[in-house]
Amino acid sequence: MKNLVILGAGTSGTMMANHLVSKLEKKEWRIHIVDQYKTHYYQPGFLFLPFDIYTKEQVQKEGKKFIPRGVNYIQQKIEKIDANNELVELENGTLSYDILIIATGSKIAPNEVEGMLSKEWRKTIFDFYTYEGALALRNKLREFKEGKLVVHITEMPIKCPVAPLEFAFLADSYFKKKKVRDKIEITYVTPLSGAFTKEFCSKSLGYLLEDKNIKLVTDFAIERVDFANTKIVDYVDNEVTYDLLVTVPTNMGDEVIERSSLGDDLNFVPTHPNTLQSLENENIFVIGDATNVPASKAGSVAHFQAETLTDNILLYINNKPLKEEFDGHANCFIETGNNKALLIDFNYEQEPVTGTFPFAKIGPLQLLKESVFNHWGKLAFRWIYWNMLLKGIKIPFVSRNMSLSGKNINK
Amino acid sequence: MIKTIKKVDIHVNDEGYLTDFSQWTKEIGEEIAKEYEIEMTDKHWEVINWIQEQVKTNKALSIRGIKKSGVIDIKQFYALFPGGPLKVSTKIAGVPKPKSCI
Repeated sequence: MKNLVILGAGTSGTMMANHLVSKLEKKEWRIHIVDQYKTHYYQPGFLFLPFDIYTKEQVQKEGKKFIPRGVNYIQQKIEKIDANNELVELENGTLSYDILIIATGSKIAPNEVEGMLSKEWRKTIFDFYTYEGALALRNKLREFKEGKLVVHITEMPIKCPVAPLEFAFLADSYFKKKKVRDKIEITYVTPLSGAFTKEFCSKSLGYLLEDKNIKLVTDFAIERVDFANTKIVDYVDNEVTYDLLVTVPTNMGDEVIERSSLGDDLNFVPTHPNTLQSLENENIFVIGDATNVPASKAGSVAHFQAETLTDNILLYINNKPLKEEFDGHANCFIETGNNKALLIDFNYEQEPVTGTFPFAKIGPLQLLKESVFNHWGKLAFRWIYWNMLLKGIKIPFVSRNMSLSGKNINK
Repeated sequence: MIKTIKKVDIHVNDEGYLTDFSQWTKEIGEEIAKEYEIEMTDKHWEVINWIQEQVKTNKALSIRGIKKSGVIDIKQFYALFPGGPLKVSTKIAGVPKPKSCI
């Protein structure tokens, strides 16, 4: 009996378990999935939780429900991956593998910036990339009636790179609804040279910030949080003061990657961008936020990767060459507030453009343009996530590789 | 796009980054630096060499990487290349602007 071991039962790991359980020969292969946590969070919901759009219950379910029968679900802490001996050391015992899939994700590391993880953490300094952070921020926002809100990105790459911008847009709507917007100043602070991380988006969507009266500070590489004087300071001593700081701390891969010496500076695993095989070990594959590939760290990316990776695992088992297929495809809704959203569809090479999706001319979704329909799409996605995506069910009309159909290229 | 620096035609993209590194020379780097009012010193070149080395070996450039480069610390990096140091230094080095993923 051979062992295929998946590390992490988040979006990527759960999808891989569901894809592979029906495709691997049961007499020959045993699939194991390891994750110490019991709860599976719907992470895109962390954006809505602070604004009372989603409830606590809507963003979490028991992880066990999504692990298919026939897969050995091990709820233990992973101590170390021993790639030389093809072993995974767990809290209690070891597990040997013939094929390993690393799906350990990424998480915030607020201790990377001086003064961030201070006594003011979750008092005046918040994150919304964790369940606890989003919930604490919800309680804070409920009573925040005036002052300076600063929405801030520490450094790239981050999970769901548009989330902080969406947060600023939703905050604008939220305060308007509460009739306190005129007493609140919103500032968006980014280490990049524009609010949007892709050039074309910055040009065509710059108006959104202006319309919503959100101030923009670019090229701000934070050095420290001066929590005593409620300001953030960058390397050339620029300062931005806040009453409420909502920051996206440095994102890093799991510590187990560091303990196993398998990662880069940020604990992301060097991975082939098109096959998703680890660059160091041929029987280790990597998916989702855990990789270092230059694609967005987002659920949609993991979904497209999972389809390619499933094929490549089967090719690898059969000693056939791997497909260099994954193209960096991402498909993201961007909430712009007032019940509207944008949709962007892009890959490693093609930047987001205008057009219709998934059908040329018909849509019904509009690319790179605000619409109410896109907003419904984003809300409907929660259902798709729990009921289709995690289970590895193909989403109709949306292919793993980006399609040029319906896109206005050369604009 | 073609840009003429010191009577040499250089291929650049619409932001002014060289698209063909083989066309890069120290002189061209110096001229681009002048556009940013930067007078190149030995320390500047040390950083530029390090950046070119990183790109050659396919390593991603980031502010964090600068911290660990051993060549320069972040404060000095900002002092040498005011504004957006990564954007400016990569343009002088004749390498692509660092990609930041959406």
